[in-house]
Amino acid sequence: MQDAAAFRAEARAWLEANCPASMRGPMPDDEIVWGGRRASFKNPESKLWLERMAAQGWTVPTWPRAYGGGGLTAAEARILDEEMRRLNCRSPLQSFGIWMLGPVLLEYGSEAQKEAHLPRIARGEIRWCQGYSEPEAGSDLAGLKTRAVLQGEHFLVNGHKIWTSYANLADWIFCLVRTDPTAKKHEGISFLLIDMDDPGIRTRPIQLISGASPFCETFIENVRVPQENLVGGLNNGWTIAKKLLEHERKMIASIGERQRGAERSLSEFAKTYAGTRDRRIADAVLRDRIAQQEIDQRAFQLTQRRAAEEAKGGSPGPASAMFKYYGTELNKRKFELLLQCLGTQALGWEGDGFAADELRITREWLRSKANSIEGGTSEIQLNIIAKRVLGLPD
Amino acid sequence: MALTLAADAALIRDTALDFFAKRSPVGALRKLRDDKDALGFSLPLWRQMGELGWAGFLVPETYGGAGFGCLGLGLVLEGAGRTLAATPLLATALLGASALTLAGGDRQKSEHLPALAKGELLLALALEEGAHHAPYRIATAARHDDGGFRLDGEKRFVLDGHIADLLIVVARSSGESGDRRGLTLFLVPGDAAGVTRTRTRMVDSRNAATIRFDGVLLGEEAVLGRVDEGAEVLDPLLDRACAGLAAEMLGSAAEAFERTVQYLKDRRQFGVPIGSFQALKHRAAAMFCEIELTRSAVLAALTAIDAGAQDASGLASLAKAKAGDAFFLIGNEGVQMHGGIGMTDEHEIGFFLKRARVAQASFGDSAFHRDRYAELGGY
Repeated sequence: MQDAAAFRAEARAWLEANCPASMRGPMPDDEIVWGGRRASFKNPESKLWLERMAAQGWTVPTWPRAYGGGGLTAAEARILDEEMRRLNCRSPLQSFGIWMLGPVLLEYGSEAQKEAHLPRIARGEIRWCQGYSEPEAGSDLAGLKTRAVLQGEHFLVNGHKIWTSYANLADWIFCLVRTDPTAKKHEGISFLLIDMDDPGIRTRPIQLISGASPFCETFIENVRVPQENLVGGLNNGWTIAKKLLEHERKMIASIGERQRGAERSLSEFAKTYAGTRDRRIADAVLRDRIAQQEIDQRAFQLTQRRAAEEAKGGSPGPASAMFKYYGTELNKRKFELLLQCLGTQALGWEGDGFAADELRITREWLRSKANSIEGGTSEIQLNIIAKRVLGLPD
Repeated sequence: MALTLAADAALIRDTALDFFAKRSPVGALRKLRDDKDALGFSLPLWRQMGELGWAGFLVPETYGGAGFGCLGLGLVLEGAGRTLAATPLLATALLGASALTLAGGDRQKSEHLPALAKGELLLALALEEGAHHAPYRIATAARHDDGGFRLDGEKRFVLDGHIADLLIVVARSSGESGDRRGLTLFLVPGDAAGVTRTRTRMVDSRNAATIRFDGVLLGEEAVLGRVDEGAEVLDPLLDRACAGLAAEMLGSAAEAFERTVQYLKDRRQFGVPIGSFQALKHRAAAMFCEIELTRSAVLAALTAIDAGAQDASGLASLAKAKAGDAFFLIGNEGVQMHGGIGMTDEHEIGFFLKRARVAQASFGDSAFHRDRYAELGGY
């Protein structure tokens, strides 16, 4: 524990010396840094913060130093996280490369692939997107049809992906493709890395019920991909796909923590909008529902902490399905309750008569509906728990 | 605070699981019920628990106990919950020992704790007066009388009340029913003059009693803690009750759940195991999540109590609320998923359903604890 205390002191001193003043505090949506070739920094200190953290290896604290990481143990990374929270440091970089692709490249990638891609992810130079779902392959992901045909040194790729988050802003896409149409559906899939700087790739944003367009359709037409961009061997993609999904689920499960909607608690909203009696929320039914929500959220966070302690930094495993299921259902419930608290003030779409926070909550409520669909629906997560954790038969 | 068990705690849990599985399976509770056993629990089994040190887990070493803390006892209770074992663990080892250590004077401690630690002294907390848990809604009167007190009133739902050697009675020495202030705790011998005990047979086959106090005369030495300040002891005592009972409920819920999942694998209809049907799979998976959350909540509450943490009360209510809902859900779903056989007395799943209902009502149901959690949270 001597080492832990020393590391904490070191991390604290470094953060205090290096985290710019404007990087300490809540992050407005338009100052979130996603990196990439076309990265723009509305606040110049965001760029400075990213560069300093990347030089330290702390955009990816647990990755090996050789690949741009900080080489920290899981325990040290937790200390760093605690110290960043203490100072209210913003996350320097949001990245599907960090959350999803990086961990599977570390596990399945060749040395050349790790060297080529991981440092650029760590420094925020390349923005990745995820080419999984297709119009005919949603919950039945393994039914995907995007074809990759090996022609000499290259794969020729043709297909149509959908729900590709921020594809219109991404530089590279990690993609599930069918390389053997004659094999059983799980056995003919490969995992391919594709540079999107190619005239054969087109993206089209999809407008959602929230009014925002975070997702795209991605069309891939006669794109030639070097064979060296195949990860984990030919027709071996499903194993990697599943592993990556575990990381994605873990990421989505923490959605409630990361979202900014929670700076004021549910009970504060209830008191403000629905009134108080004897300094308590006046509406006893609403109070009970909020207490239920707070209790479940706390028990959920305790469970995430317990799982992290038990896993000691290892892979999340099938339990990630539980966290994805429960975390997203909780987040949806939170927004339903927020709407109940705000009453008609949560029913505005834009313009006068509504505060910016109220309009944001309305939009985020609509956005939250996707939480239990993206990354595998709640029903799929329950299937996974039933099969892989409880051992119930097909 | 860690939420994973250290080696010594894991050993306690494993010992307890093995002990109850071998010596007190669910069939033992059935036999106590069918025999209309006068004690309602097995005295030889309790003696063995005393030898293992479980009776004295919360008793300081200076008084012959193990001084191990609530986490250790909670793990034993979880094991007891697995087989629905009827034991004095909750009333005596947890509540009795806690009340005496939290509030007892030196004389009270040295008089009672060594016997308690050996499993030779049984206690019971006489608190409730109505059909719902309401710790401050106390009308049982303790009137000053000739240098002592005179006790009048009636207590209900006193766990182990019919066999306790010593009752911890929560009475009103001043103020109005509902006031937090004005409560006093008394140690009253179970056979004192003016005490009338009527055993109540509960749906879960556990022990409880209705106890009348008619002009029971007590000396100053019967006061446990300070006069009128009983709530200062009662609140932390009930936190321990909630966390400990939640641990027991966790064990019962986990057991009922595992039995139900096994049944889904074994039972065949339409030529396939019924566990292959998605309508049942999804409900089973959802129950699994509730158990995992309950386990985290129980560990956090027990650990917080042992550490004297600021948020121990909130976590105790959280654990009781989660355990109450999880066990309630699993008790009901357990019977439903077992189908017709689950409705029979011969099958054991029904014992879990019955216990769920009684455990939920003990020391406040989930709605009570959500309200308390909200109040502690300032809303």
